[in-house]
Amino acid sequence: MIAANLPALQIVLPLIAAPLCLLLRRGNLAWALALFVSLAAFAIAVALLTQVLDSGAISYELGGWAPPWGIEYRVDVLNAFVLLIVAAIGAVVLAYARRSVAQEVPTSQHSGFYTAFLLCLTGLLGVAITGDAFNLFVFLEISSLSSYVLISMGRDRRALTAAFQYLVMGTIGATFIVIGIGLLYMSTGTLNMADLGARLPAIGANRTVLAAFAFLTVGATIKLALFPLHFWLPNAYAYAPSAVTAFLASTATKVSIYILLRFFFTVFGPTFEAEEITLNNLVVPLATIAVLVCSTVAIYQGNVKRMLAYSSIAQIGYMMIGIGFGTVTGLTAGIAHLFNHAVTKGGLFLVLGCIVWRIGSCRLGDLAGLGRRMPLTMFAFVLGGLSLIGVPLTAGFVSKWVLVQAAIEQGNWLVAVAILAGSLLALIYVWRVVEVAYLRPAPDSAPEAAEAPWSMLIPAWILIGASIYFGVETSLSLGVAEAAARFLLGGAG
Amino acid sequence: MPMIQRHSILRVTTKLLTPFILMFALYVQFHGDFGPGGGFQAGVIFGAGFILYALIYGIEAAEKVAPPGIIRVVMTLGLLLYIGVGYFGMFLGGAFLDYNVLRQDPVQGQHLGITLVELGVGTTVAATMITIFFSFAGRMRRAGRSG
Amino acid sequence: MDIPGLFNYWIVIFLMMTGFYVVIARGNLVKKIVGLNIFQTSVFILYISMGKVEDGTAPIVIEGAKGVGAVYSNPLPHVLILTAIVVGIATTALGLALIVRIKEAYGTVEEDDIFAQDEAE
Repeated sequence: MIAANLPALQIVLPLIAAPLCLLLRRGNLAWALALFVSLAAFAIAVALLTQVLDSGAISYELGGWAPPWGIEYRVDVLNAFVLLIVAAIGAVVLAYARRSVAQEVPTSQHSGFYTAFLLCLTGLLGVAITGDAFNLFVFLEISSLSSYVLISMGRDRRALTAAFQYLVMGTIGATFIVIGIGLLYMSTGTLNMADLGARLPAIGANRTVLAAFAFLTVGATIKLALFPLHFWLPNAYAYAPSAVTAFLASTATKVSIYILLRFFFTVFGPTFEAEEITLNNLVVPLATIAVLVCSTVAIYQGNVKRMLAYSSIAQIGYMMIGIGFGTVTGLTAGIAHLFNHAVTKGGLFLVLGCIVWRIGSCRLGDLAGLGRRMPLTMFAFVLGGLSLIGVPLTAGFVSKWVLVQAAIEQGNWLVAVAILAGSLLALIYVWRVVEVAYLRPAPDSAPEAAEAPWSMLIPAWILIGASIYFGVETSLSLGVAEAAARFLLGGAG
Repeated sequence: MPMIQRHSILRVTTKLLTPFILMFALYVQFHGDFGPGGGFQAGVIFGAGFILYALIYGIEAAEKVAPPGIIRVVMTLGLLLYIGVGYFGMFLGGAFLDYNVLRQDPVQGQHLGITLVELGVGTTVAATMITIFFSFAGRMRRAGRSG
Repeated sequence: MDIPGLFNYWIVIFLMMTGFYVVIARGNLVKKIVGLNIFQTSVFILYISMGKVEDGTAPIVIEGAKGVGAVYSNPLPHVLILTAIVVGIATTALGLALIVRIKEAYGTVEEDDIFAQDEAE
């Protein structure tokens, strides 16, 4: 019974736990329940991925209604991979969250925090698993609304304005996606994404379908913060509670990229007429600019959290370059980078959360001499930074290497150079932190700082360790990413 | 509340209308599986009737009828009823939210499932509407007292 | 161009652009939320008008002889948009709640003033 219902349980386990968390009222009980559920969700995601790799896509009929009439949950290689990323990060961040949240969020809001967190997890998992276009929008809004709530719980009052800005931008993006879905429904009469993909080629690229494509693309790019639609992101990440930043940075934008992939390749199909024009001529230049501009902007940030936020936009640029190429190598690089960056950036933000927990600030100047006072924490930061730059034997290197190969395959030397330049820029901003932390002496007035508690340090090290592990052992990241890329481009998964 | 005391027309009309609004909400709720209606609409109408009462008689009076703490619990219980029906279908061997398996006869099963789920939706929506109203209006009142 | 036949789309586009303009041009956060609402409402109308079937009646099954060969409007877009309306309500409520908190924290709901206060820090 459980095995047959895994796709539904993936979503409804966190969903039913969310109101229970609210009923529990006590923060610690709510946390324990949330952690338990997120671990279960992670186990389900692992089971689903192995099942998909063994025996192909799984289809689940919600409520027993057959697709395309009913809502279908459809798990294939691509979204099983995304589910795994989201569930894994969710579990690690929740394990970390107790101490961090206890310090950063008022006690009366704790059960509310975990409720919103679980709803956000439900929404993100739901976006990834559903095979129904409108259901995707609903889950997207569940995750977005709860992430606005989570961001607004930050200590700084600027968290409120950041959440508001994100709310306005996010709602516009989501509304664009609904318009796109509506136009598609208008021209095909179906909402099931596989069914849409089967029907659209016969209709061809008429004006309604083109408009739908445009709305969906712009809507999804707002949500995933592709340059120049990224203005909501730096503030939202900088002022949210540390655990929230780590969770959102490594899942929310990744799931939005998944939405884009799903619509580009499953719904419109790789041969869609407009695709050549849009992807290669629009997405690749924008993504390249994102890499260069946002890496440069990151260098000038005085707040390390903000710096990593800008770096995230640059890294999203790398993923979008790969997706923009639309080749097997490019997509493999994009999807693998999605995974590697989720692990790396999640780890880095968790490390930063440890620093904030100890010294109460993440301004660059306050980090002086921290290399000696919090050696384990800062060493984790250095390792994560290396992966961000893309040094060999780290996860960041693997996907960037494939990305450069994809660019050369296309004969696009300019982009290949830009990718390398982006890595150099990353070296500069990571070095700024390392220099302050290791080479500058701590001011005498600095508060006494020791290591962060183990319950925070271990989750942070799990992710940082993973970003090294996946730099050496690439069968999970690259192997699955390549299978997903082949699946998207119409080959056998 | 001295200003409200003066508006006797408003007070009398509200007192007369409130039971009918709530009754209409229940009609929309339970008629939902035969005709137009359903949990969401019913919940909104129910909440609106309540909010009207609170607007005229003041929040204190409304909170006496429906303490915010209890409303909040009701809100989660409605959601739990919805998801619970889904889980129950799964335990009986169907898919999540499969109503066919709830009874021997699938038609009766659908009937029961829809009624329960809509009831969950209705309670949650009504409780949410009331909670949203209480949180905004109550906040103003608290700020007014302190300032 | 068949303008009268497409008048629902003109209404939708007009509303959408009005809402969008309000969101972009107004500095008052409450007005921004109102603009966002108008923007979303335009999409509601897009979906609802999509469900219209010529000579269609309300989608409630007519029983007996009268119901033979009856043409119904498409109820699916209406159901979909009911969900979107719920999402819209949640967004509005959350947006307004954030504005209340912003007002308490900054003492203003004008974007320029908030920006100036943040810059001054």
